[in-house]
Amino acid sequence: MADDETPTAQLREWLEQMLLIRAFEETAEKLSLRGRIPGGIHAAVGQEAVAVGVMSALRENDVISSTHRSHHHALAKGLSPDGVMAELYARRDGVVGGRGGSMHLASFPLGHYGGNGIVGAGAGIAMGVALGIQHRRDDNVAVGFVGDGGVNVGRLWEAVNLAAIWSLPLVVVVENNQYAVETHVNRVTGGGDIVRRAAGFGVAAERVDGQDVVAVHRMIAGARDRAVSGAGPTLVEAVTYRYYGHNTGEVARYRTQEEIADWRSQRDPIDSARARLVAASALDDDGFAVLETAAHARVEKAVAFAEASPQPDPKTAADNVDAWDVAVTR
Amino acid sequence: MSNQTMTFSEAFQQGVREEMGRNSDIFVLGTDLFERGGHFAQVKGLGPEFGQERVRDTPISEAAMVAAGVGAALYGLHPIVDLNFVDFALGAMDEITNQAAKIRFMLGRPVPLLIRATHGIALGGAHHQNSLEAWFMHTPGLAVAIPSTPADVKGLVKTALRAPDPVIFLMHKRLSGQRGEVGGPDDLVPFGQARVARPGTACTIVTYGGTVGPAIQAAETLSGKGIDAEVLDLRTLWPIDLDAVVDAARRHGRIVVVDEAPLVGSATAEIAAQVQQAAFHYLDGPVTRVGAIRAPLGANPKLIEAALPSVADIVAAVDGLFDPAQVTA
Repeated sequence: MADDETPTAQLREWLEQMLLIRAFEETAEKLSLRGRIPGGIHAAVGQEAVAVGVMSALRENDVISSTHRSHHHALAKGLSPDGVMAELYARRDGVVGGRGGSMHLASFPLGHYGGNGIVGAGAGIAMGVALGIQHRRDDNVAVGFVGDGGVNVGRLWEAVNLAAIWSLPLVVVVENNQYAVETHVNRVTGGGDIVRRAAGFGVAAERVDGQDVVAVHRMIAGARDRAVSGAGPTLVEAVTYRYYGHNTGEVARYRTQEEIADWRSQRDPIDSARARLVAASALDDDGFAVLETAAHARVEKAVAFAEASPQPDPKTAADNVDAWDVAVTR
Repeated sequence: MSNQTMTFSEAFQQGVREEMGRNSDIFVLGTDLFERGGHFAQVKGLGPEFGQERVRDTPISEAAMVAAGVGAALYGLHPIVDLNFVDFALGAMDEITNQAAKIRFMLGRPVPLLIRATHGIALGGAHHQNSLEAWFMHTPGLAVAIPSTPADVKGLVKTALRAPDPVIFLMHKRLSGQRGEVGGPDDLVPFGQARVARPGTACTIVTYGGTVGPAIQAAETLSGKGIDAEVLDLRTLWPIDLDAVVDAARRHGRIVVVDEAPLVGSATAEIAAQVQQAAFHYLDGPVTRVGAIRAPLGANPKLIEAALPSVADIVAAVDGLFDPAQVTA
């Protein structure tokens, strides 16, 4: 056991997923800088434990709805790195055929109802999915992601309020990576406490160390149980940090290199998971190198897949806007 | 057609009731629906009949109301979101235009969602008088239905509730109490099919919703002057029955397009542009538009009257097409 309750095999699997996400994001950032990915990306390097901790606590039929920074969510939800990378390239073999791109990854069969380019909107859609789940009396839950920027958007709290009054099976995960683009959360968050703000809506609200994959997993597992039992929604603030800029190639003048280095060296989610496995004698340096190499190899395969994927046919530019030209009724 | 006569609002309620009866995935959410039946009695009686889970009262949270509809639609249900007045859609325009309208295109999943709102100019001040239909029509992925009779209200809402895509369903304030016959449970009115509201042989007045009535009145006046005007009711702005409009242009050579929105950038501009391009050589005069002035519509009835197109304005526009001096001016 890596600690009191988490089996080492499970933690090792989570470490592998976090390594895959990190390799994917670091590679994607480079590809974006080289112009291979149209339009830039929002990398989640540093935030891997949030995605893996949340998804590991969900069932396959649980639904997520996500944000602009969401490659890590997609990979942790089980979307293929090939399809995700090809979607970043906006190619035909991307998970949504090249029509979504970096901010709009989705796979409905896998319960990923889409990233979002509008701050706070993904949580609203998750709330609606939770309403659908309640209407159907299903036993799954919906998870909506927002960032610390999203907690200052009105639509988030409209959605939280509806979820509260209807006791919807919803978990809102606030991925607080400290900065809304370049603005520190403390400068713009009235009251200064996201969890207290949520508690004011009468929902369960808790803060978790977003760099600790085990802690995130446990917190979300509890929130999921609460949602399924009919006790209503939970808002979880996962305190995390992004090592890279808001978007590709950003020059960071709004924070110090020391601050970034502190988080990287003291609170890295991969380092801490690795250390736990080493302490449990379940992993050594060679073993870690094998995992890291495997993650990079998987990402290289995804890049090759994306590079080889054809562009969508320009003739399809107006396809599937609506069904009115084909059928009026279903 | 059955022989049942009812109001605009009752027709909506009956159409929704029938569809809710045949499809348990349909539910309606909005403000003051369960007890009151909505501010226009548009769902009166459905609360007690279907229960609080299928007639859900919401807080005044338009963004969350539409988000709830989008999410539930993605999950497989067919929600009706009642926004009360269309002006309140402005608090949910992201959810409508960025989310509901684009998800099929971007993510490949249809969003079966009906958004109902009362619209049109009556009284009530500038925050209850917006004409937003051109914006919705302009947004790829949205269908826009604007009926002018109880029969079309019922037939169109039934079609909307069997369609896989988001529909903006707008009901004019002044028509809420208008009575008329409606169809039976199996009478659906297709989208994208205009209706001849008044036959005529000399010219065609193209319109929809709240200006269909004034257009018919104008046609009656014109008939006294020997001009037999047809009135074409579009019923849906998207999908739009351009074939019917172009066909009218080819038959009559004279087209007047009427609505009550500010003229600049209105639906009438799109229709006029399309008609002149498709039927230019058939036209005996310019495609003429009648609409509101470019001003918010305030509280004063005299100012509203001055801003809106009148029956006399429609008559004058048609007259102008038969006056060689004006045509060549």
